[in-house]
Amino acid sequence: MAQTKIPRDQVEHVAKLASLMLADDEADRLGHELGEILAYMASLDELDVAAVEPTFHSIPMGAPLRADEVIACFPRETYLKSAPKSEAGGFAVPKVLEGEG
Amino acid sequence: MPSMPAEVHDLGVTEMAAGIADGSLSARALVDHHLARIETHDAHLHGFLHVDVAGARAQADRIDRARAAGKPLAPLAGVPIAVKDNMCTRTMPTTCASRMLAGYQPPYDAHVVECLAAAGAVILGKTNLDEFAMGSSTDNSAFGPTHNPWDLTRSPGGSSGGSASSVAARLSAAALGSDTGGSVRQPAAFCGLTAIKPTYGRVSRYGLVAFASSLDQVGPIARSARDAGRVLSAIAGYDRRDATSIDRPGEDFTASCGEAIRGVRVGVLAGAALEQCDPEMQASFKAGVQRLQDLGCQLVDVKLPHMGHGIAVYYLVAPAEASSNLARFDGMRYGMRKPSGDLRQTYAQTRADGFGTEVKRRIMLGTYALSSGYYDAFYLKAQRVRTLIRNDYEAAFAKCDVIASPTTPRPAFEIGAMHDDPLAMYLEDIFVLPPSLAGLPAVATPCGITRSGLPLGMQLTGSALSEAKLVQVADAFERDLAFDSLPPGLGRASEGA
Repeated sequence: MAQTKIPRDQVEHVAKLASLMLADDEADRLGHELGEILAYMASLDELDVAAVEPTFHSIPMGAPLRADEVIACFPRETYLKSAPKSEAGGFAVPKVLEGEG
Repeated sequence: MPSMPAEVHDLGVTEMAAGIADGSLSARALVDHHLARIETHDAHLHGFLHVDVAGARAQADRIDRARAAGKPLAPLAGVPIAVKDNMCTRTMPTTCASRMLAGYQPPYDAHVVECLAAAGAVILGKTNLDEFAMGSSTDNSAFGPTHNPWDLTRSPGGSSGGSASSVAARLSAAALGSDTGGSVRQPAAFCGLTAIKPTYGRVSRYGLVAFASSLDQVGPIARSARDAGRVLSAIAGYDRRDATSIDRPGEDFTASCGEAIRGVRVGVLAGAALEQCDPEMQASFKAGVQRLQDLGCQLVDVKLPHMGHGIAVYYLVAPAEASSNLARFDGMRYGMRKPSGDLRQTYAQTRADGFGTEVKRRIMLGTYALSSGYYDAFYLKAQRVRTLIRNDYEAAFAKCDVIASPTTPRPAFEIGAMHDDPLAMYLEDIFVLPPSLAGLPAVATPCGITRSGLPLGMQLTGSALSEAKLVQVADAFERDLAFDSLPPGLGRASEGA
């Protein structure tokens, strides 16, 4: 099996897409592991599937629509109770926009 | 093994429910007995992450009062059941065995938890798993591994390892697990139990913390096919809160238990995957197939030519879906938060601290497979090969009613054995992945035991919605085999509990 390490800059790019902070040794290890796993996935290349429809749903069924009705939900406090931080009836998050704080 | 008089915890779901209904058992006594066993044995097994002593007793008392008042009892009334900790419970924490959700308590119950309550079951607590159900060992739990009751140095399998351990050790009569790529079947095989992975859409996923949405199903683990079928009957059915829920009326999946299986066409899987199994597994599987023939089944050779590709397909599709599903864990609305500079840094640091190694690995793998430039080569190609796997099954089921294969290539491995070789671990899933990818129901049932005393399992796969047939065949097989599901060291007469 070809041992193709994923280059460091690619690992960092994917980590950024995934919003994952990686420690140095972690990024290195993942480069090796993902390389090995993806080399195994290349076994799919021996199949010619260009003309085969992909399966996104294993059991074919339509997209069901529910009736357009109001259904009860929990009061706001119920959701906020699970939040790491809340204030003024909302989720409190770190500053998103530059400028005024 | 000499047959001994059964202890109350050796009774099956069906017998417990019958005993409570006819008054020979009290629900409270039954739950107290199981709570005491958890106290005694779970210190070694670590199958439970949370035990709800007060809640379980209160439910048992309700059942006893209902019976005393002459009210009709529901099908699982008083039966002690454990639930995997990736199903939402509003009275218990739901952690997915992740630091990310340590202490999290959802405001609602999963559909299956509502169903269990409506069926009168007593929910004992929440069981350990590989973090977010990603793994085949239960080693990937942030709260420590679960041990196999048959050999404490070995894994109970995963990801529903806590559920399987608790049922095998008689700490619960049955348990719910979830199965994305074998996560109820492989632990059942490792622990000498029966598990059902239902047809995709048979059981609502509402309140099951999503891992890979096109594959996830909740399924029961029990000590017999009949018991597993009884639990499945309670949790299956249409639920509008899951858009992939199949709109079918309820069904008694045990309706044909006890019936002969003469004439059932059993497709016997042949090919390389079988030859790579442990020799004892091969022999046990062969004997199992012979037993099915002796019971009157008609054997047919079947091939699933693309089965071997199932591993590559699954380990692209499932991580891709997982990377998307787990994006919600960003430390803003629930779970932990690790403040670090601005919003993006806080996301990244929270996820770095909250997720374990295997979860990060799969998020990275899935994000890679979905990323620009790789989508066609990996994700889309995998979904195309998935179609070939479905087609293989369609061709096979033209010739047979069920397909028999081993559940796993080998018996339970040692805890930590494959920590440093994720790919080797993935390859062990060869038999359990194809039914998941095709959305088909499959039952894992014990078929033997190794010379060193570890259970071995056989998998029966059926066409869509054929769970009742699978339960019937597994039930007939189990009654003929008379597998002794009691692990050594959990003796029948010795405990005071």
